[in-house]
Amino acid sequence: MYADIELNTNVNEKKTRYKLFKNVLNMLIKNKAALIGLIIIFLLIIVALFGKFFMPYDPYVGELSQSLQAPSAAHIFGTDEQGRDILSRIIDGTKISLRVGVTSVAVALSIGTVIGSIAGYYGGKIDMLLMRIMDIILAFPSLLLAIAFMSVLGRGIDKAVIAISIVTIPEYARIVRGCILTVKENEYVQAARVIGNKDRTIIFKHILPNVMSPIIVRATLGISTAILETSSLGFLGLGVQPPLAEWGSMLGAGRGYFYNAPHIVLFPGIAITITVLAFNLFGDGLRDALDPKLRK
Amino acid sequence: MLKYILKRLALLVPVIIGVSVLVFLVMHVFTTDPASIILGQHATAEQVEKLREELGLNKPLYVQYFMFMKGVLHGNFGNSLITKTSVTNEILSRFPATIELALVAIIIASIFGILMGILSAVKQNSIVDYISMFVSLIGVSMPIFWLGLMLIVLFSVKLHLLPVSGRITIGMEPIHITGLYLIDSLVSGNMAAFKDSLKHLILPSIALASYSTAIIARMTRSTMLEIIQQDYIRTARAKGLFEKTVILKHALRNALIPITTVIGLQLGSLLGGAVLTETVFSWPGVGSYTIDAILKSDYPVVQGAVMIFATVFVLVNLVVDLLYAYLDPRIKYS
Repeated sequence: MYADIELNTNVNEKKTRYKLFKNVLNMLIKNKAALIGLIIIFLLIIVALFGKFFMPYDPYVGELSQSLQAPSAAHIFGTDEQGRDILSRIIDGTKISLRVGVTSVAVALSIGTVIGSIAGYYGGKIDMLLMRIMDIILAFPSLLLAIAFMSVLGRGIDKAVIAISIVTIPEYARIVRGCILTVKENEYVQAARVIGNKDRTIIFKHILPNVMSPIIVRATLGISTAILETSSLGFLGLGVQPPLAEWGSMLGAGRGYFYNAPHIVLFPGIAITITVLAFNLFGDGLRDALDPKLRK
Repeated sequence: MLKYILKRLALLVPVIIGVSVLVFLVMHVFTTDPASIILGQHATAEQVEKLREELGLNKPLYVQYFMFMKGVLHGNFGNSLITKTSVTNEILSRFPATIELALVAIIIASIFGILMGILSAVKQNSIVDYISMFVSLIGVSMPIFWLGLMLIVLFSVKLHLLPVSGRITIGMEPIHITGLYLIDSLVSGNMAAFKDSLKHLILPSIALASYSTAIIARMTRSTMLEIIQQDYIRTARAKGLFEKTVILKHALRNALIPITTVIGLQLGSLLGGAVLTETVFSWPGVGSYTIDAILKSDYPVVQGAVMIFATVFVLVNLVVDLLYAYLDPRIKYS
């Protein structure tokens, strides 16, 4: 009998989620700005995956005699201080930026979800302790804390991912905790408890799938913040190290030459702006599509 | 209200203690041994151990933490490993530069952000609204340091209108009163210094203000749109009041409560952005000092600067909370 109840509950939840997904998709398609963001993201993914087929030159090989060349037919975005083609380096940098952005959000979201779920579901002293720890991390300006972590972890892509993840865990923990608090006394949760489900099953199988909307929105917007922070760390010389073609480190390396060759800092900055803009447009559209008031 | 203030102040203490624990752990547990850094790579193991004993680094972690907190409470963050000068003195001498930059940036962000937000809300779905919100979206998407570089290229390198870097032309510094050059030069009547320091401030403060302007504009727009739908606004219009009076006197006044909160929170996060802006413009503030220290593994400086930034951030957030409670009486009783 209990298995039948659980089966019916699962089927109803799946139907509701499919209906919600269809409604959200319809609203997203109608939102031109979100659609533009999504198309740009799609193109960025294509460039990240198949970039080597678009690069006119090797991004890591340059001729010093061709250094700091202005944009021309041979080098559409010009060359950098080592004579490397800037367009090729920007294409190569796409996969680095997306990788760090998505990975750091994935890590922060996973850990934040566990912390927020435990704090929200169990409440009491566990909730107080976990949220005070999150408050302490949130007491720092996030970029400053990421810089401080980089100063001790060392430099490199993986260290940048760790630093950016750590400073954003509290945001996801708070959102998940808030979501769990709003639904943990709902009837379907009580029903799941009554039929003998373990706490872990209730949280991850019943509660979280029904409160994913704000979490998904925050994660999408979080990717844009992570990409900005990665480029900031790269610019300061702390993040991804040369010769890797990370956009922020390209700007940092180009700082000494931009008086005479402004193109060296123009195009990497445009790349960062377009990428972040795309995720912001899509994230804003997703938030509107998932807002129950707007859906009505 | 007093009870609320005391409650919030009481909550501040564990947060500051937690911040100090995190800073201490990060700097003492995960970093290279400072004794090795001071003595260099050619030092023997015995020399390193002797220096560790002198610096108290061989004591248990909790003893080192108490020594660290004792220093912090006396305003002593130790000496720089590189320059051997007092970290506290160096940070204090640079703090006014960072504060001046952050204050000018928040004033710019508040004025332009609120204006853009009001315009967008009043002219919702018009070309003004679309342009304003698009500009805001670009503002939150664009790296501050890139905007700073582009401003330098345009206004300094190409047009020669504004200086490239620094805080003031050498030799023109005003008499030291507060450390804020704009105020010091006005108070001492030194208009040449005032104009010069203002010229140096324009580009870095615009770069630093860009992100906050966008956030404040978006927040103002959404808050104003909610308020404009309210019944009392419809009543004000029905009474025949001028639209300007309805918007500025009735709608904006109530919208200012959440907007003030956002402005206050932005002031805290401007401290993080100041690190980037100071690096681009060679602004002699705490931010650029911190980055230099990180690149040279000068941990006492990093420790002191991060601790001070975090404490200021927490205090600013506390002031914002109290201001919000003062402006909105409902908060006090929640």
